Amino acid sequence: MRHLLAIDDLDRDAIIGLLDGSEYMSEVLAREIPKVPALRGKTIVSLFYEDSTRTRLSFETAAKRLGADTMTFTAGSSSVKKGESLLDTVRTIESMGIDAMVVRHSAAGAPHRIAGWIDAAVVNAGDGRHGHPTQALLDAFTLRRHRGDLTGARIGIVGDVRNSRVARSGIECWDRLGAQITLIGPPTLMPERLDGWPVDVAHDFDAVISELDVVYVLRVQQERIGRALLPSLREYYTRWGLNTDRAERMKPDALVMHPGPMIRGSEIATEVVDGPRSLVREQVANGVAVRMAVLFDLIGSGGLV
Amino acid sequence: MAESPNGTPSAADITTPAEASIPKTVAAPKGGFSVSGFSSEATFRTQVFGPEDLHRAQTRIAHEIVERNHGPSDVVLVGLHLRGPQIAQRLAEAIESFEGVAVPVGSLDVAFYRDDIGLRHIHPLGRTEVPVDITGRVVVLVDDVLFTGRTIRAALDAVTELGRPRAIQLAVLIDRGHRELPIRADFVGKNLPTAEREDVRVRLRETDDVTEDTIELWGPEGGEE
Repeated sequence: MRHLLAIDDLDRDAIIGLLDGSEYMSEVLAREIPKVPALRGKTIVSLFYEDSTRTRLSFETAAKRLGADTMTFTAGSSSVKKGESLLDTVRTIESMGIDAMVVRHSAAGAPHRIAGWIDAAVVNAGDGRHGHPTQALLDAFTLRRHRGDLTGARIGIVGDVRNSRVARSGIECWDRLGAQITLIGPPTLMPERLDGWPVDVAHDFDAVISELDVVYVLRVQQERIGRALLPSLREYYTRWGLNTDRAERMKPDALVMHPGPMIRGSEIATEVVDGPRSLVREQVANGVAVRMAVLFDLIGSGGLV
Repeated sequence: MAESPNGTPSAADITTPAEASIPKTVAAPKGGFSVSGFSSEATFRTQVFGPEDLHRAQTRIAHEIVERNHGPSDVVLVGLHLRGPQIAQRLAEAIESFEGVAVPVGSLDVAFYRDDIGLRHIHPLGRTEVPVDITGRVVVLVDDVLFTGRTIRAALDAVTELGRPRAIQLAVLIDRGHRELPIRADFVGKNLPTAEREDVRVRLRETDDVTEDTIELWGPEGGEE
C-alpha cells in the first residue's frame, strides 16, 4: 500500500507492525539528538484545508525528526481564497517535487481523491466525519504502552460519536486489536445506523462507568451541533461529562483519554485532565512517534507493512 | 550484521531481493539465519567455526582489544543489531574474566542511517542503548560479519550522534572481503575469502534458537563461481 487513507485498509498485522515501528521511533525521540537522517532528501507537504494545530505540528515534527524537509499549505492564506480548485492546488504542489502529502480536509474522501491524482504518498490527517487514522493508531500505541495489549480492554467512547472521525477510526483500529467498544452519549449524538459496527451502545454513562478500562472522551463539537440536538452544554456536562464524581467511580486502574482539543469543564473536568488516570499528554507525545513510523513506512521503507 | 551481496543486512533481512519490494510484516527476525538472493537453491559449503573455534576467536579478540587500548578502562563495546549486541556481551564477559573490569556494553541500530533507504524494505532491528557517555572513550563496534562495509558506515554516523569518542574501532567475527567502502576491521576472528554470491551464516545460541554456535559458508548450487 502506498497511502494511509483509512484504518480499514490495514489488517491487524499491519497495525501491529506500525505500532512496533512506533516503539523504535519513540526510542529515537528519547535520544539526546532526537533526530535521524532516515528521510533525508524527502519532502513532505502538509495540506490543511481545515484548522488544526496539534495534528499539523505533530506531522511536521515527525517529518523533521526523520530528516525530511517540510512545507505547509493552509487554505486560509492561499490561492484557495482566489478560487483555485483542489485538483489544481494539489497538482501545483506536486510539481514542486514532493514525496508525501499530509491532507486535512472538511470533506470526507478528499484524501482518497487526491491519492488518485498524484504519485506522492498521501496520509489522511482527518477528512470530514470520515476518519483520522493516525489518531486511532497513536491512541492504540498509548494504550498498548500502558496495558501491554488491547485484547479484552473495554473502551467507552463518550460524546459526539455521530460527528467524530476520531471515533470512527478508533473503533476500526481498536476492534482489530481485540478491544470491546461501548459508545456512550445521548441518542441524538449516536450514529444513525450501527449495522455492522462492532460496538455496544449505552445511553446511561453512570450505569457503565465502573466497568470500563478506558474512558475516551470526545470534544463537544459545538460548531457541528444543531441547537436541537442538545438542550444546553450544562445539561450535557451533567449527564455525559467526565466530572470528578464519575472519575472516582472508575475502576482503580482505568485510564482517561481525549484526542484534543479539549474544552475543560465542557466535557471533562480539569482535575481529571491533569489527574493520574489521564493519558492526554502522552497521547500528544506519542503522536509524533506514530506519525514518524507511518511516514517512514510509506516513503522510506518501501510501502506500509 | 552480516551482509548479502547487494549490501543488505542479511541476518536481518529475511526477504530475498526479489521479495524486497513486497511489503512485509515487520518482525524482529529470530531464529533465522542470513539468506541472500539464492536461499532456495543454496547449498552448504563448509563450516567456518564450530563452538570451540568461535570461543577461542572471541577470547583472542577480547585480549586484543585490551592490549590495543592499554587496558579496558576506557573501552565501550557497542554491538550492531542483529547479533552484535550478543557478541559484544560475550567479549565483555571475557574481558571481565581476565581483567576483573566490567566493560560497558551497548547496542546500536543503524536502520535509519543506511544509504539504501527507499531502495528496499528497511526496518529497525532493535533498540539503540548505550549506557554511558561515549565522549572521550574508545568505542569498539562489534558485528558478526564484515562485508561491503555499508553497515559500518551507517554505524559511524549513528555512533557519532551519541557523542564524540576518542576513537572508534571495529571488531568482527568474520571478514569476508568485497568491501565497497574504505573501511577495515581492527579485530578479526577469521578472514574468510568468499565469492560475492556466497553467504556466511552465523547462528548464535542467544539469537538463533540453536544449541551450539556455528558459522557456515553457503553458496549457490553448482559450485564456486
